Amino acid sequence: MTDILDPAKNAERRNTVLATARRSLKVDGDEAPRRAAVADRLASHPAGVVPARGQLDTKGRVDLFETMAKAVDATLARVAATADVPGEVSDFLRQNNLPQQIRHGSDARLEKIPWESQKTLEVSTGIAEDATTVGVSHAFGGVAESGTLILTSGDDNPTTLNFLPETHIALIDAKDIDGDYESVIQRLRDHYGAGEMPRTVNMVTGPSRSADIEQTLLLGAHGPRRLHIVIVGA
Amino acid sequence: MEIRSPQFKGNVRAALDDQALQRAMGNVRSGFIQKRANAAAKLPEFEDLRDEARDIKNHALEHLDLYLEAYEEKVTASGGHVHWAVDAEEARDIVTAICKSVDARTVTKGKSMITEEIGLNDHLERNGLTPIETDLGEYIIQLRGEHPSHIIAPAIHVNKDEVEDEFRRVHTHLPVDRNLEDPRTLLSEAREILRHKFQTADVGVTGANFLIAETGTSVIVTNEGNGDLTQLLPRVHIVVASLEKIVPTLDDTAQILRVLARSATGQDMSVYTTFSTGPRRPDDPDGPEEYHVVLLDNGRSSMLGTDFQDMLRCIRCGACMNHCPVYHTVGGHAYGWVYPGPMGAVLTPSLIGVDQSGHLPNASTFCGRCESVCPMRIPLPKMMRHWRQREFERKLSPATIRAGLGAWAFLAKRPALYQMAMSIGMPVMAWWAGKTGRMASLPLAGGWTKHRDLPAPEGKTFQQQWKQRQEGTPT
Ligand code: SF4
Repeated sequence: MTDILDPAKNAERRNTVLATARRSLKVDGDEAPRRAAVADRLASHPAGVVPARGQLDTKGRVDLFETMAKAVDATLARVAATADVPGEVSDFLRQNNLPQQIRHGSDARLEKIPWESQKTLEVSTGIAEDATTVGVSHAFGGVAESGTLILTSGDDNPTTLNFLPETHIALIDAKDIDGDYESVIQRLRDHYGAGEMPRTVNMVTGPSRSADIEQTLLLGAHGPRRLHIVIVGA
Repeated sequence: MEIRSPQFKGNVRAALDDQALQRAMGNVRSGFIQKRANAAAKLPEFEDLRDEARDIKNHALEHLDLYLEAYEEKVTASGGHVHWAVDAEEARDIVTAICKSVDARTVTKGKSMITEEIGLNDHLERNGLTPIETDLGEYIIQLRGEHPSHIIAPAIHVNKDEVEDEFRRVHTHLPVDRNLEDPRTLLSEAREILRHKFQTADVGVTGANFLIAETGTSVIVTNEGNGDLTQLLPRVHIVVASLEKIVPTLDDTAQILRVLARSATGQDMSVYTTFSTGPRRPDDPDGPEEYHVVLLDNGRSSMLGTDFQDMLRCIRCGACMNHCPVYHTVGGHAYGWVYPGPMGAVLTPSLIGVDQSGHLPNASTFCGRCESVCPMRIPLPKMMRHWRQREFERKLSPATIRAGLGAWAFLAKRPALYQMAMSIGMPVMAWWAGKTGRMASLPLAGGWTKHRDLPAPEGKTFQQQWKQRQEGTPT
């Protein structure tokens, strides 16, 4: 069993699978039109049917995003500028009887926020730890059609901050809220390069939940119990 | 997993007599159907998206060999490993060998039907590893020593009081007199216990809803967040996925995502849709150091180009079973193997042989609801008919059925005889039913009449009525 990981054995199994698939499809894999069809789809990535629901102007998108996110039990606040974020975060924590402690990654947009304006707020940086109660991350984008956040991994916004703490606060710039998934996907391509992705992209639509006990919906399964979204610049 | 499909009839009898199961199955009927209908109604493009989703998968299957090659190339370029497995045994051995290569002891698992298909948990245990299911439903049934009875709601057959009993039996370190009335307390208790397991596990195993050729990405779709903690915290992430999970591009994935959650739970989107590409990058402070994909064939490549190719479009949403009157009545375990309901009735014979599972495609009334809700427009009833035909051709169906069909065929091919038999049979049945017009028992059909009455035929035969209609006489 130990040699099942041997690359030569893997190559043999690969050949078996591909040969069976080709025999079943009655092809040999070298047909130019088939190769062209695949190369073309991968390069041109046609968009398909994009719902009209999200095709709105900036204000319409932000409004729809808010409606949809609230419908899936996220809470949401809008602030005019970065300078207003610490006050909003601090208020949210107070209203929910949470300690005035947050943790975030090295994202430049988060580093620039004047957290010190809130005297009681303790801010630390790094990945989520056992004791982290509130994780703060900056979203790459949002999708209005379903109130979905798009979060990307890296030192700037470590993925553990989105999942381990009981409370997750996500900041998003109003201009980064797109109407549909396809628009965000295109922005990911522009940012990371065609065919490339960061290690993790999380689409997050509301706080975690489970319906596994008698199909009764319960919030707060393994991920955060609370998801608070702060839209900046709206 | 032990194959119990040949005992389908016995399984069904037991299920019908199981009061707790019958109570639990009410939750399928009451919840899923309305939620799906509402979600579909709110999106005007829903039907067009179903067409698009079907076309995308058809294209991917027609070019599967090439997309698999493209996908593998991207995974490798991002620092991951693709391991090909021809059958279940190879897949199990590969997962175990990866675990051994890092001296793993515990393995956390996200919800995955494919690891059920390959019988991974038993195999890991036999090799001295401890698999821990982390999805709440999967955790509950792992404690009970059971298998999932539904592909997206694995513990749908379990009632709340049974969960409470199980938690009290197993979580003995907690106070005996704690109150577990509220289901939220049960959830919190599981959360606390599993939180510790996530952090100490050496390997995390998940399935995949999609494998994206454009970027070499695997995607999981969940609501609880357990799949994310499973793949994020341990040193090694292993994805086990079957070949047909391939989609060409990110845009194609978005199209299918729009029909997946709506068909499954009636959500617009599940809470977490997570795209994973390779292991931790140089500047990543978290994430697994190794990323492996075990690509399982297990008979699927042989389904291409056959009557059953369409089944490979299935995205495991569960809508077909949620809408199936047979599934509602007998539950998932009666089907006797991994995949229940209409999709199981079609897929199981392909994977384990129709000789083992011939009862499943026969357990259908052909009401057609499964096909009408399947987001991928899989012609499930037609494919069940294909299986019945093959079973008949290979002389696998039981002697009574063959004799019955033979007798019917004999009559049907002789119109005069057929009409005579019907005109005699109908009054006899009406007489048997008596005043109520319903038959509570019928020779040779005791299994059918045990759970419902058969209405007696009324009036004239179809042929007689047709004849009158042709002649213009009112019936
Ligand atoms: S057959 Fe269709 S309805 Fe059933 S699980 Fe598969 S995709 Fe869903």
